[in-house]
Parts: sequence; C-alpha cells; structure tokens
Amino acid sequence: MNREITNTKDNKAAFGSMLKKIVRMNLFIPIACLAAVFVFNAFTNPDFFSIVYKVNSNGDGLLAGNLISVLNNASELVILAIGMTFITSASRGQDISVGACIAIAGAVILAVVADNMAYYQESGIRLIPVVLLGCLVAMAFGAFNGTLVAVFNVQPMIATLILFTAGRPISSWITGGLSPRVNVPALNAVGNVIPGMPIPTPIFFAVGCMLIAFLALKFTNIGLYTQTVGINEKSAKLIGLNPKMIKFITFVIMGVCVGIAAFLKVSRVGSIQYNYIAKDIEMDAILAVALGGNALSGGKFSLAGSIIGAYTIQALTTTLLANSVPSDALPAYKAVVIIILVAIQAPVVKEFARRNWSAFRRRREPSGKVVS
Amino acid sequence: MKFANILSRNSNNPADEITKRKNPLSDTAFLLITTVIIFVLMYVLGMILFAGKGFANPQNFFNLLNENAALIVLSCGLTIVMIAGGIDISVGGATALIGMSCVIHMDDQGGQFGTAIFVALGIGLTFGIVQGYLVAYLGVQPFIVTLAGMFFARGLTAIIETETRTVSNEGFNKIAQTRIRLPGVGSVNNNGVFVQAYLEIGVIVALVVVIALFATLRWTKFGRNLYAVGGNLQSALMLGINVKRTKFLSYVLCGLLTGIGGMIFLLHIRSGATTHASGMEMDAIASSIIGGTLLTGGVGSVFGTFIGALTKGTIGNIVRAIGLTGAWWTGISRAAMLCFFIVLQSVIIMRKRKKS
Repeated sequence: MNREITNTKDNKAAFGSMLKKIVRMNLFIPIACLAAVFVFNAFTNPDFFSIVYKVNSNGDGLLAGNLISVLNNASELVILAIGMTFITSASRGQDISVGACIAIAGAVILAVVADNMAYYQESGIRLIPVVLLGCLVAMAFGAFNGTLVAVFNVQPMIATLILFTAGRPISSWITGGLSPRVNVPALNAVGNVIPGMPIPTPIFFAVGCMLIAFLALKFTNIGLYTQTVGINEKSAKLIGLNPKMIKFITFVIMGVCVGIAAFLKVSRVGSIQYNYIAKDIEMDAILAVALGGNALSGGKFSLAGSIIGAYTIQALTTTLLANSVPSDALPAYKAVVIIILVAIQAPVVKEFARRNWSAFRRRREPSGKVVS
Repeated sequence: MKFANILSRNSNNPADEITKRKNPLSDTAFLLITTVIIFVLMYVLGMILFAGKGFANPQNFFNLLNENAALIVLSCGLTIVMIAGGIDISVGGATALIGMSCVIHMDDQGGQFGTAIFVALGIGLTFGIVQGYLVAYLGVQPFIVTLAGMFFARGLTAIIETETRTVSNEGFNKIAQTRIRLPGVGSVNNNGVFVQAYLEIGVIVALVVVIALFATLRWTKFGRNLYAVGGNLQSALMLGINVKRTKFLSYVLCGLLTGIGGMIFLLHIRSGATTHASGMEMDAIASSIIGGTLLTGGVGSVFGTFIGALTKGTIGNIVRAIGLTGAWWTGISRAAMLCFFIVLQSVIIMRKRKKS
C-alpha cells in the first residue's frame, strides 16, 4: 500500500518534470500557439483541414484548401521572418521598413518587366536578371538601414522609420503613380502554379530559403556571431569580432529576403498597388519572431521557432478571415496577441509566475503527506 | 534587470550636470537655437523666393498654425515621452480612432460636443495608461508596445466604421468654424479689400498646451524627474526618484495630449476615416527630433518641438511652391529631412561621447 502511494507520487513527479521539460523547450511557445489555432478551427470549422484536388480555369490541376492556402500565403512572411530573426538577434531591435521596401523592390521589378513585356514573355530565364536587380535594390536599402544602425548608432526602429515613411512614396515615384499590369507566363508560374505541378510555387521558394538559412547556420559562423553581438556587444568586440560589420550584414541579408519576397508578391497578381502591397507585413514578421519564443531584445534566437511562428500567424489570419473578420480589422486582433506574448515574456511576469508556482507546490506538498 | 539593460544606452557620462554648468551652451540650448535658425531662414527664404505665392501673407503663417495645431499637441506628448527615454508611435492611430469614435458618438448616439471631449480624452488616457503600465512596470520595449498600440487603434477604427464619415452635429460644426481674428493683422486682397487673418480655436488650445507643458517641464518636480530619468537611469535611481512611476506618468500625459490632439484634429478636418492621420506618428517624431529632442532621452524642450512642427509644415509648403506636385514628394521630403536630423543628432552624440 505504502509502496503504491510512493509509486504514484514518483509517477506524478516524473510527469511534472516531463511537463516542465516540455514547457521549457525552445519550441514550446510556437508549437503551442499553432496547436491552439488548429484546435480552435477543429471546433468552429472542421472544413478547415480538408484538402481537395481541383482543376483551375487554365486546366491545371492543383491542391486547394485552407491548409494549402496557409502554406502558400505564408511564403513571403517566412522569408521575411528569417531576415527579421537575424536583425533582432544582432541589433536588439526590429526592421519596420520591410513592407515599404517590398513596395520599392516590387515597383522596380514590375517597371522593368512592363517596359519590355514582349521580351520577357518569350522566355522565363530572362526574368532572372530582373529578380537580381530587385534583390540588389532591396539590398541597397537594407544597407542604408544598416549604415544608420551600425555606423551612426541609431536605434533600429527609428532608423527604419525613415524608409517606413519614404518607401511607399518612392515606390509610387518609380512607377509614376500608376499601377503597371503585366502578363508574363513565367511570372504567373512563380506567383501561382507551374503547369503540371499541383503545389503552389511560392511554397518552393519558402522551402528553398529555409534550407539556405539552415545550411548557413550549420556551416558558417553567422548564427554564432549575431548572437554574440546581440548578447554583449562590448565582449564581442573584445574577442575580435566587428559588431558594426555583423549588424550591417544582417540588414543586407534582410535586403535579400525583401527582394525575394517582393518578387513573389508582385508575381502573384502581376501588378502593384503601392499603398496596399505587403501592408502591415512588418508587424506580422515581428510577431513571427516573438511567437517563435525569441526575445525581442536580442541575443539568442531559434530560426525554426520564427518559421513556425510565421506559419502560425498566417493560420491565424486565414482563420480570422474565414470567420468573416474584415481585413482592415485584422491588425487589432494581432496587436492583442503580440501584447499578450510580450507581456508573458516580460521578466517581471515570469518572476511573478515562478514565485506563485513554487508557493502553490509548497502548499500542495503537506496535503500529500496527510494522504500517505 | 532586462529593464535596465534596455535603457542602458542612456548611461553615458554621469558628469552631465557639471559639464552643463561649465559650458554656457547646453545641448538643449544648442539644438533649440539650431532649430530656430533653420526655421527662420527657411521661412524668410520662402518669402523671398516665392513672394508671389503668399509666403509673406500673414494668413499663410496662420494657416501653418491652423493645419499643424493637432500635430503640435501630439508632438509635445511625444517630446515628453522621449525626454523620459521612451517612444510612442501609437499617436497617429489613436488620433484616427478618437476622430472616428467622436463622429459616431455625436452623430449616431446623440452625443454633444461636450461629451465628445470626454470620449476623446478617455480613449487617449486609456492608451496612455495601458502602454505606460506595460512599458514602465512590465519592462517591455516601448517600441513594441506602441507599435501594437498603433495597429490596435487602426484595426479598431476599421471595426467601428470603414466608411468616411463627415460630422453633421450642428453644435460641433459651429465650434469648428469659429474663427478668431486679431485686429490689424491681415492683408489686402486682389480687390483691394483688407481681409483679416484668422486662427482656428484649436490653435489657441495648442498654444495653451505648449505654455503649460513648458512650465511643467521647467519648474515642477515631475518635469525635472523626466529629464533625470531620461538622462541617466542609474543616477536617477540613486537619487531616489521613482523611475517607474515617472515613466508611467510620461505615457499617461502623452495619452492625455493625444486625446486633446485628436479632438483638435477632428475640429480641423471635421470627419472620421480609417486613413486619417496616417503617418502622423512619423511627423510627430520628426517634429520632436527637429526641435532638438534627443532620441536617447534626457534632452529636449516643448518650445523646440513647437518650432519643429512649424518647420515640418514650412518644408511641405516650400516643396509645393517649388512645383513638385506629385503626392510622393511630400513623403520623400519629410523622410529625407528626418534622416538629416537623425544623422545630425547621432554625430553630435558621438562627438560628445568621444570628448568625455
């Protein structure tokens, strides 16, 4: 009898420590949030999970369904979340100009393509230099942000506030205030589906970027260096790193991400509305990083967390839209989520929760003794 | 401890007070004088170059005040938060939310102008209290909190109403159209008739706010605490200043000013829309920075911010007078100006650090 009780007690303790381990796991927050969104959908809208094989107006077969659309629409966000994670880690701040920079890079890509549409309609290979140009432009703007942050020591959010305002006006300046519309098969294939392939193309871009990012983390020191700079800039300098250069590089990496995201965004519709393209995406990207369990004050990061966070946000957006929330009202819901997340992560709250948890445990232990 | 980490950039030289006394031209004074000189030069340049476009007309100057009255009040709120070492980018969104709420309150719910003022101040104060609590007591980064606040306000405005609504309340429109004319100030129009220049009622409120805040910052304990907290957090703690409460109060005051500014904005524009006051937070930050408020905290003055807001307005006027009519030029010129002042500040700060 006595033994049994100790057994259950042991089991309980083992279960408790396992629970603790799970909760302390790096990816606990993002996976829990994603699960929460899915559970909500399972109850309110079971159709959310159905995937069907459909034939679209062009006669191409493709998979359709909410899950596929989440994977598809999250592509740009995932790519941006990768860049945002590096910036957050190294410079202890966020880049809020990504949406505006997407508008600029997208305008450049579209302006070039619209200028000589027949030339690009012939062969898809000819689009590659245009994409590289878009990436270069985005990298140049990233370098501008990086210079302000690294050389002039401006807080990242203030520095990127400049392009946050100027980006969309510059974009409309490039296209002369017009919304050029292009109809290029190759561009269409990138933004939607390649004929004969049942999975939307942007997903492949997102997966490709993820692979490159993970390989870079595995085989180069970029992850280690950014975290070192983010945790303690002075120590980083003392052990021979160049914090300014590393911060600058993270902003340039973000530029590449922005360029690719812009290419995907404009190829989806073959047009650009500079006031609406990638609107509020900076908020989503920051939210993805926060959801990934990364501290917004820099230092250690988990790229996998950010990526799961990005998919979670897209799932949230799709869920809200499926529940007929107007798209203008989406930011309000997301803002509430972000506030709750940062409040939970606040050291004061953590300390408070820890103290109460241990007090709770202490109160329970005597009662356990009485039973035995 | 994270809380201290976030703000540790403020801890430059503890001997700030002493150097200030030795050096007759403190940071505040230097940046303020730069701003005033730039503003006067710009306005005079405008008068000389674009004499035909009414720069010399008193009404032109008064219009500058009429159009920027709301911005002046909002920027003053931002200046106070920035002096205490924080930032608030929710003011633009909150202004749109206040405008829309007041329109709905007056037109659909039978409210009057008097009650609408309470609605405006209530919304502003709520934003200030919630954001202030999160920043000061929970130690969350101010930028994240207020970014969320901005998106929350914009989203809520869209939830309330997505159409543009014009105010039809008579009492409100009567007050909004009140024009204050100063005797003897005006110009002769093309028909040879003397037209008196006018000010809107919001301008008077804005001027009162500027003077009241100037006095608060200069002569009250709270005002001095703000500078101390923003200038050097550690020293302020050691002096026994309640740092958290001071930071909290700075956000509450900013929220109150957002309420006032939102009402002035509504009085000027007389409608509510989701797109109203877009980029206003940017303009407010720009006005504060141009006015000599340091982004790192501890330095700044409300009077400088007042001039900063007018400078920003004058740049817009000059861009228009030059003939750059594309809508994008306004945005680009503002951002370029902001960039110039941010870099100027950072160079000043870096030079100071090298010296000390």
